[in-house]
Amino acid sequence: MPDMHSLAQAQPQQQSFNPYTENGGTILAIAGADFSVIAGDTRQSEGYNIQTRYAPKVFRLTDKAVLAVNGFAADGNMFVKKVRQRLEWYRHAHAKDMPIRAIARLIQTMLYSRRFFPYYVYNILGGIEEDGTGAVYSFDPVGSYEREACRAAGAAQSLVQPFLDNQIYFKNQTPAPGTSFPRHLPLPTVLSLVIDSFTSATERHIEVGDGLEIYVVLSKNSPSIQGLRDVRGVTELTATEDGERVFVVRRELKKD
Amino acid sequence: MNTFVNKFSTHSAVSQLKRAQKLVAADEDEYSDAAWGSQGGFGNMIKGIPNFTVPAVPDPAAFLRLHTDDHADPSCKIKIQHGTTTLAFRFQGGVIVAVDSRATAGSYIASGTVKKVIEINPYLLGTMAGGAADCQFWETYLGMHCRLHELRNRERISVSAASKYLSNLVYSYKGMGLSMGTMICGWDKTGPAVFYVDSDGTRLKGDLFSVGSGSTFAYGVLDQGYRWDLTDEEAQELGRRSIFAAGHRDAFSGNTCNLYHVKEDGWKFIGNYDVSTMYYEGPGDVPGAPGGGYGYGIRTEGRSAADPPASS
Repeated sequence: MPDMHSLAQAQPQQQSFNPYTENGGTILAIAGADFSVIAGDTRQSEGYNIQTRYAPKVFRLTDKAVLAVNGFAADGNMFVKKVRQRLEWYRHAHAKDMPIRAIARLIQTMLYSRRFFPYYVYNILGGIEEDGTGAVYSFDPVGSYEREACRAAGAAQSLVQPFLDNQIYFKNQTPAPGTSFPRHLPLPTVLSLVIDSFTSATERHIEVGDGLEIYVVLSKNSPSIQGLRDVRGVTELTATEDGERVFVVRRELKKD
Repeated sequence: MNTFVNKFSTHSAVSQLKRAQKLVAADEDEYSDAAWGSQGGFGNMIKGIPNFTVPAVPDPAAFLRLHTDDHADPSCKIKIQHGTTTLAFRFQGGVIVAVDSRATAGSYIASGTVKKVIEINPYLLGTMAGGAADCQFWETYLGMHCRLHELRNRERISVSAASKYLSNLVYSYKGMGLSMGTMICGWDKTGPAVFYVDSDGTRLKGDLFSVGSGSTFAYGVLDQGYRWDLTDEEAQELGRRSIFAAGHRDAFSGNTCNLYHVKEDGWKFIGNYDVSTMYYEGPGDVPGAPGGGYGYGIRTEGRSAADPPASS
């Protein structure tokens, strides 16, 4: 019996341990002079299957810091939970919110402590620095980070980032004679750019769509509040008085 | 009976081992600090050495290799930033450190504004090649220990000692998948110093190093122009010109060049230069620059019959 023979010869097979999934979606953040905008779509998918049309990827940490997570949703949610726990401990120990540059370093050490079993998560942290300026910090899965003016991450990163480079950093544009490009854009312009980024990414990427959540963090007494007055679907989330203020703008994206 | 003895004897191999581990832990406690966590002391790094989560598999290093790309497998999910040109050289006037600013994940340019010079303290610089997080994290960590050395010994750590601290540290993780190729540069009692340290555990003292995918191109320019008695301006120009060459010829390097100069009173940031701008217009009005672009077409314009001067 040749079959029996081959059965006896069968080599042991090893199953590889694969704890990771890619859940799609895109996040992006832009820093202004005295505000920061952090946005993400709300679709969560696995392969070609849409698991849910509302799974938030952007989270308010404090009144001056918002964290967006993209990649493997389970790792992302767990990571945000652990960051929030550390921020709560900090609040109990110091009776104040952790400054955003400290949160950035905290996230680095937390990600790096999993250097040999990484969180499959791309993080973008947005908020207000202690000097009142808008800040964006972007991270790789094992904790290398950098402060930037704008950053897109996730499925449609390669669609959105070039658009942002052109519209925020004015890459490959020459100013008209006698004029120069602004260093920071006003809030209404930034909000339009964010919405355009996501509607366009939804058009061309299958993993992007359903809903859009745009968080806006304003520094103390920021005049940029004017730019939020007549925005449709804005909700304030601020927890403390006379400090930074956090708002969220919720919009629909195409669901096909 | 035997297990019973093992359990309670203070001289069995197991208890000896346990005691040794306790001693090591106590030794680490000496350096235990709240700096990594909050003052509340709830860190995941309550010990001086951070403790790492490791997957419960027979070979954690193989697990990591499977899921994080090592430049070879672009299909894998967790991309660690790679691709670089960094250089540092020692000369009469100190140390020049020059790096590019491109980070790539596969063929995608993940960032064009990376800070590949890590400012360890006012006298020490480290460069970044290989895993961005590995370099950033361990060189920051090195900075903490350099400060502790200052507090304990009332003098600054030598570049040699600092680089050895780092090389011993990464050697203790050998085979676990760390990836870093770094130059520790600074000025100490012995004068200017450059040490090359990588994650294999190599540590070399030398006058001139270049690390990364673009290092061959940088070496070409660097070796050709290097002398010990270079002036400060000439040396800075050589660093800039070498990074330009690498940014121009290596697809994984480019965007901008960051230039640092270490002298007796510590390092100084000289400037940031766009590689494309250097091609057409040169680095601008800086000491040492020849004026005009570095690009071949720009330099040779109007110098041959095939390429006559643009008539106006």
